[in-house]
Amino acid sequence: MRASAALCACVAAGGAVGAVLRWSAGEVVPDGSGFPWTTFAINVSGALLLALLQGLALVRRSPAWGAALGPGLLGGYTTLSAYSEQARALLDDGRVPLAAAYVLGTLLACLVAVALADTLTSRREPVDAP
Amino acid sequence: MTVLLVALGAAVGAPLRFVVATWLDDEVPWGTLTVNVVGSFVLGLLVALSVDADAYALLGVGFCGGLTTYSSFAVQTARLGRRGTAYAAATIVVSVAAAALGYTVG
Repeated sequence: MRASAALCACVAAGGAVGAVLRWSAGEVVPDGSGFPWTTFAINVSGALLLALLQGLALVRRSPAWGAALGPGLLGGYTTLSAYSEQARALLDDGRVPLAAAYVLGTLLACLVAVALADTLTSRREPVDAP
Repeated sequence: MTVLLVALGAAVGAPLRFVVATWLDDEVPWGTLTVNVVGSFVLGLLVALSVDADAYALLGVGFCGGLTTYSSFAVQTARLGRRGTAYAAATIVVSVAAAALGYTVG
């Protein structure tokens, strides 16, 4: 896929909406100083939805919708910068077990969510080339 | 007001990620890895500089949040099979180190 101007505009629009959703969630339920549950929930739900999205016919047919919803909406909704900065802050506070639980817990929950989405859309795992 | 700053920052960060990922993502998603590391560095920097609320909404929540992505990272990790572990470990270790570097520099 080429990153044409039209597709970039789709990603920009979707990304703006996704980021506003993420910000709104943080306004309603701030992360606080412990386990960042809000960012955790955002990233896990975003990973689940992205994996589900890839099974949708609409996304396969329309590059514009695919870009707006995938890299756009869900890319803008989820965040890795907040995740790594939160981990950095927890480590700086000497809360190493909590940082490790957050970092690995998010990753594992996301992988479970993707596997669940693949089961729901009965996607076949790509087979390694011989 | 804040909501517009978040939207504006992401409207720049997200397509920038899309361009870099389209350009550099291959069997190994080097482009996604790059934007995730760069966004983590910049966010660490912004936190250390204690920028005001408007600048943080625009650059931190909007731009860095839009530039980086956990959803693609997670799906890529799952799809990479055995190499997914190395990809996930590299992303996490380098991104947290980048946030720490940004925080130290700032």
